[in-house]
Amino acid sequence: MRKPAPYFILVLLAAVCFSVATYLEPRVADWNKRGQSGSVLKLLLGDGRRLFANHFFVKADVSFHSGYYPSIFDQRKAPKGSRHMTAKEGEPEEEEHERQMNFLDQPKDWIERFGRHFMVTEHTHLQGGDEREILPWLRVSADLDPQRVDTYTVAAYWLRDLGKVKEAEDFLHEGLRNNPNSYEILFELGRLYYQNYHDIVRARNVWELALRKWFGQESGKKEADLLQFEQIAVNLGRLEEQAGNYERSVALLELARKASPNPAALQLQIDDLKQKIVVRPPPASSTSR
Amino acid sequence: MNTVLALSGVVIKEMCRRKDFYVLFVLTAVITLVMGSVNFFGDAKIVRYLKDICLLLIWISALVIAITTTARQIPAERESRTIFPLLAKPVSRGQVILGKFLGCWLACGMALLVFYVFFGVISGSREHEWPFLQYFQAFWLQWTMLGVVVGMVLLGSVVFTAPSSNATILFIVVVGIIALGRHLNQVALQQPEPLGTLVYAVYFLIPHLEWYDVRDLVIYNQHQLGWLDCGLATVYAAAYVAMLLFATGMVFRRKSLNL
Repeated sequence: MRKPAPYFILVLLAAVCFSVATYLEPRVADWNKRGQSGSVLKLLLGDGRRLFANHFFVKADVSFHSGYYPSIFDQRKAPKGSRHMTAKEGEPEEEEHERQMNFLDQPKDWIERFGRHFMVTEHTHLQGGDEREILPWLRVSADLDPQRVDTYTVAAYWLRDLGKVKEAEDFLHEGLRNNPNSYEILFELGRLYYQNYHDIVRARNVWELALRKWFGQESGKKEADLLQFEQIAVNLGRLEEQAGNYERSVALLELARKASPNPAALQLQIDDLKQKIVVRPPPASSTSR
Repeated sequence: MNTVLALSGVVIKEMCRRKDFYVLFVLTAVITLVMGSVNFFGDAKIVRYLKDICLLLIWISALVIAITTTARQIPAERESRTIFPLLAKPVSRGQVILGKFLGCWLACGMALLVFYVFFGVISGSREHEWPFLQYFQAFWLQWTMLGVVVGMVLLGSVVFTAPSSNATILFIVVVGIIALGRHLNQVALQQPEPLGTLVYAVYFLIPHLEWYDVRDLVIYNQHQLGWLDCGLATVYAAAYVAMLLFATGMVFRRKSLNL
């Protein structure tokens, strides 16, 4: 039998490659769909990715403090939660955080004293637009653990602060797709609509939904997230006040007062609103709800 | 001195011939460039994550180069029996140790310089700032630290039987010191006696390599180090290098060269 020419074999193999490619292409698209629903990282790491997600979230916090952060040996002094990452100077969270971050005691010996020259020893927070530096770590953390709600709210807060409102909205929607019952993400989304888009109707709808979600998840709990509840109720109350719905606003602020660490200040606002109701009854058309 | 320099030249040439450095440099460059091409929320000004990743890779690569290059020096000479003609030159055993140390340390320095130039270019092109003095301090401190590591591995290479076991043990020891060395005094205070005193003694005995890790200062654009502190850290490292080389010389002098 005559041996076929090498060029003929090459063309034949190319034809086989092409045929296999046309056969596999639709299936590869299906693989991609599967990848989207679970992500490649989920397939590779399984539930172990949550550990890495936590590491990257902490990395964002370290970056936020420009490297000044307690080690594993100072964990009892490590900041709890993520509220300090979105707290401005003078706020109660920030003052509490300032106390937590005072973890460096007096040096115990000359080695420790000298070693401090080579490390960051001052507690500062990023400012002046440098807050953007925490965003990559938060993005990676969200990819690794889409169910970690803090990641979305903290990133969206700083994205809004940096003027990247569209990116913040997209990220919050992504968070909401992954955590449809999160009142924290809904609250942050409402703030975005209210403060950045000045869209009162959408903000109200989102905050009302956040309030319902909060009641659905937290109301029966022993240690309910009262701080978040107060924030939702107060913000919604102010929105209603702005819209002229004073009765609704009073009702919401009264709810918030029960959860507030500083009820006296809220009571003053409630009294003020009640006076407004007496002076000027709300117009009938303003009851848009 | 010429003998020591000639011996060190051989080590440097060996590093240039081997592919370890090239592979590690290409890996570092590729990973850094790929990470640099990722778009996070459409913000091109974000740079610190890239500096963080790049410096981490540089530290890992430098440690791998230092430990693997040093660990095989004396065992390879013994295995191939080239140690006998070398010592017959005449070259003393002390000169062999000094030559090997100098060669490995200079080779590490050359590799580190290439890495830091790459880091400087990447960082400067994104950040548009060029804190050369800070980069020089970071480079110098890391190179000084590598001197101690090379000394430790040389000592290990005359104590342990195989280069692989020496490299593995020294990797664990060096990473352990960098990660935990700073906190050993805290741990010691929480231990009952006599364990507490023992841990505190270890704390004072180990070379504090973690001092030389000033990545945070570079990544987060913190203050430049004082030159006096850099100088004192260099003296501290030099003292440890001298002690380690002396100990290596003592062990090597009594060691049989036949396998």
